[in-house]
Formats: sequence, structure tokens, C-alpha cells
Amino acid sequence: MSAKYTMVEKILAAHAKEGSKVAPGENIWIKLDYRTARDFGGANVVKAYEKHYPGEEPVDKDNVFFTFDCVVPANNIPYATNQQKCRDFARKHGLRLHDVDRGIGSHVAMEEGIAVPGVTLVGTDSHLNILGAVGAFGQGMGDQDIAFAFRTGQTWFEVPPSYKFTVDGKIGDGTSAKDIVLHILSKIGSSGALGASVEYEGTAIDEMPLHGRITIASMATEMGAVVPLFEPNAAVRTYCRKRYKGAEKFPKVRADSGAKYEKTMEFNVDGLEPLVAKPPSPENVVPAKTLKDVRIDSAFIGSCTNGTFEDIKAVASICEGRTVAKGVMAKVVPATREVYARMLKSRILNDLFEAGWLITSNGCGGCASGQVGMTGEGEVQISTTNRNFPGKQGAGNTYLASPETVAASALMGRIATVQEVGQ
Amino acid sequence: MSVNLSFHGRVWLIKDKEGKLIDDIDTDQIYHNAHLAITDIKEMGKFAFGNLEGMKDFAKDVKPGDTVIVGGNFGAGSSRQQAVDCFKSLGIACIVARSFGAIYKRNAINSGYPILTIENIDLHKLSNLDVVTVDADAQTIVRSDGTKVGNLKPLAGVQRDILEAGDLFEYAKRMK
Repeated sequence: MSAKYTMVEKILAAHAKEGSKVAPGENIWIKLDYRTARDFGGANVVKAYEKHYPGEEPVDKDNVFFTFDCVVPANNIPYATNQQKCRDFARKHGLRLHDVDRGIGSHVAMEEGIAVPGVTLVGTDSHLNILGAVGAFGQGMGDQDIAFAFRTGQTWFEVPPSYKFTVDGKIGDGTSAKDIVLHILSKIGSSGALGASVEYEGTAIDEMPLHGRITIASMATEMGAVVPLFEPNAAVRTYCRKRYKGAEKFPKVRADSGAKYEKTMEFNVDGLEPLVAKPPSPENVVPAKTLKDVRIDSAFIGSCTNGTFEDIKAVASICEGRTVAKGVMAKVVPATREVYARMLKSRILNDLFEAGWLITSNGCGGCASGQVGMTGEGEVQISTTNRNFPGKQGAGNTYLASPETVAASALMGRIATVQEVGQ
Repeated sequence: MSVNLSFHGRVWLIKDKEGKLIDDIDTDQIYHNAHLAITDIKEMGKFAFGNLEGMKDFAKDVKPGDTVIVGGNFGAGSSRQQAVDCFKSLGIACIVARSFGAIYKRNAINSGYPILTIENIDLHKLSNLDVVTVDADAQTIVRSDGTKVGNLKPLAGVQRDILEAGDLFEYAKRMK
């Protein structure tokens, strides 16, 4: 009788060395379909690679690539230097490189049809597990790990225990996937899924489009999870199939019936109202309506959590025919060049501009001291990013919320919900 | 040959105002993203805990051979290796935590840096800068006067193998 696998076990088993026992707690060697590095960490990957593997070529090098997304284009000399180190390394070894104009690496991997159901992909981005949104196994790792993966195309991995999160219900007006994930974080906390693989299912998830899955997946790291996984629905499979360049069919990523879960939790999001995570941590969640007295200095839309076209479109539709409150710096950073192009062609770029938003070139934004979204001491920012740890984006106070709530807040000059401004 | 996994030195208890070991210290509090462009390990030590409230002088005050004891989910957040390397840079012997963030754990294991997990600890019997012996094999934390103050969980198999080899790169060579 063959083993009953959860989703993560199924993907790992398909990539494991023959004869490996794929069960929680077991250390197995797995084949990595893709290995990547970004400008953050990339130069250290290059340094570690050249130290350990001088003169050697990465195996299977068509599937090794760089993406620059943290500080794009570089606004300081050390970053410019590090990016050039990666470019030189990529040229020397004939590796692909998505340069400063392309966008957030994890999103690029989905757009390019690289991250499709069932693949394994590692890189230096700690939110790479976002690829669970399409049923892929993505994993952020440190530079030593990635240097090793570049060279060998494999890594050891401890099979994580699997949790099942069932999310049922129909969320309330003016809310979106971000509110769902903030709700879950408020229930389980920042180490509520520590070291686990979290599989999402339920009536709130089944029909959820890709951009919502991306948002929820992007905050698995904030729960301490190793990976989140969503069984791809028809729309997600169609999205991936259109972009996929490989010859063989990608596998169905579905847990076996009878697979074992260490923990199962149920979340009822029926009528969920807009939520906000207050500083100093993403789990510090309260209803947005309790924060009406919080005046804001800045509003940020973007990041791997909420930088998709659909996220930005939601902001544009709330702001249409209105303007950002006086004194609020309202910033949009599209996740990728493709998102930027769609904004341009659909006039959303124009509409946001008219409403008073500052729109910059695509990338991560401020999460890793990037170009946009830094705060000064005393500054209050409401943001669609995924972390608000002390000092992360500067000395100010960052509140995390959905694109809808950030948009409403930008219009009001204080924390506000869509219900207050109307849509 | 077996690697020495017994560490004798002063202990830094990273506690909050209520005297609890701090949980969820993330990589930005350990090693802030403003210093990410640094690639020389010698330069990293001075930024260790630079963004953790009340710990600004840590890097100045530690001595090689000291041990750090922290709460749960230590090293949550980003994938930066510098959050491990900054302690190596200062000569910190090992990090002892209630649990570690997943990526942090890998980064430490792969670079052959000893991280140990607390089974239980009696903080009433331990003061900051006490001299202790942290012994991964005996799985104990013992004060220099012989009082046992805590127990450790066993090392994972792969962790011991990589520690013995030196790091992931050496370990992989031995596997072939």
C-alpha cells in the first residue's frame, strides 16, 4: 500500500531521492527544479559559490536565475555594486537574469510560467513560499544554502508536519484576502504554524482567484510556516498553463484522502470586517473601525503581498473621481513590469495619478530598505506589506491592511474603511 | 572524531521587562536590513541586536565564548545569513532558544553554527552574565557552581552530521 501524502509530502516525494522516507521530521534530499537569487543576498551567494566552487559550473544551469527586486534601481552604491556582482556572475556562467526593470522575483516566476503546480524552487527571498499560491513548493534560504543549490541542484530538507486550515464563509463588504490572512494571524499568532506546511481549503478558498491566494500565501512566513499550499483551482491552472513553456504536463497537486495532518483548524470568515495589524507585529490585529482616530502621514500599496494588478485596480476603483487627503503621501509600487503595463493600458495609472497617488517603477517597495515605503521617526504609515516589526521600514509606525482599507485611509487622511468612503 | 559541543562561558539572557525570554525576535531586530549590503563577516558583528530595544551595546559588551539565550521563534522573518553570521563574527559560542524560525534554523545548521533548543529552563536560577556550561551532548545547561538550570532537546541527525563535517559544503563532499 502506498503512503497517503499531504500536498507538501506529495511534492517532496516526487523530488526525493529514490528510497527516501517522506514523513514529518525525516531529512531527505530533494531535487530542485529552479534555483534563484535576488539582489538581496545575491552577492553573498556569488561570494560563497566562488569560494567553494571556483571554476565550476552550476548543474542544470538553464534553471538557475537571478531576479533583482529589493532596491531597484539601486539607490545606493553598495546595492549597485552587489547587483553588478550578480550580473557579472550570470554572464560568466551563462545564467538568466531578470534585471532591475522586471519586478518581484516570486511574481516574475509565476508570470513567466516557471512556478507552476508541483515544482520546487528556492531562492534568497524569505517570501518565496508565496509560490504555494499556484501549488508550487517555494522556499527562501540563506546564501550558503543557495550557493550549494546553484552548484548541485539539490538540497536536504526536513519534511514539515502538515496543518490543514479550513476557511469557510463569505467575507463582508470592503474586505479582501488580506483581511482573511490577518484574521488567521490574529487567531494563531506569529509562531502558530512554526515549522509547518499549511494547506488551505474551504468555501472562502475554493473559488478564490490567484491574486487572493498570493496575498494569503505571502503571509505564511509571518505565521512561522515553512510553506503554504493551495490546491490549484481551474482558474489557477489555466493561468499557469497559458504561461508554462515546458513540454510535459504539470502534475495535479492534491492531498491524498486519508493523508495525516498534525493539526486541523477551522476559521469562519462569514461577514468578516476590515482588519488592521497595529505595530509592532502582524499578529496584533484589530477591527479597522476601532482605529478611526489614527491620523496617517503615508499610505503604501504594493509588495509581494498586495502588488498585483487586481490589488491596484481595487485601489483605483475606490479612488476614482476622488483625491487623496491633503498631507498624505500616497504611494503605489506595482509588483512587476507586467502589472505596470496593465495599469498603463487600462488607464489605471492615469486614474491613480489624477487621484494624487505617487506611482513608481515596479519592485518590492520598502520591505528591505528599498526605494519606497520607508518611514521617518513619528511617521504613521498604513501599508499593504506583510511585516511591521519595529524599525523594519524605518523608525515610524506601520499599520498593515488590505488595499481597500489603505485606499480608504489615504482618502480620509486617517485609518478608515471602504464603507466610510463608499465605493 | 567528534566535534566539541560543550560551551563554557558567560550567558546573555535576552529578556523583556517582565523577565520573560523574548519571543519572535526577527531578523531585522537581530541584523537590520540597512546593513544587508555587507558581505565581509568581520564587519557584521557590530550590528548584532542593533535594532533590538535595550540591546544597543550588546556588540560592544560581549566576549568571545559567551552564549545567548532567547525565547521562541528566534530569527523569524527574512533569509539573511548575516543574522547568523553576526554572532559568529563576535565569537558567540552558541545560540540557545525555545525554538527557531525555519529559515534561520537551516542557515545556522548549514553554516555549522551550533544552535540548541531548550527543553526546559529555570530562569530563577540564572542571572545575566552568569558563567554556564551549555552541553549539547549531555543536553544540559549547568551553572559554574554545578547547579543544573535547564535541559536541551537533542540535536537533529542532520545537524550533528553537518556540525561534525564543518558546514554543508564539507558535509556534501563526505556524502559522495
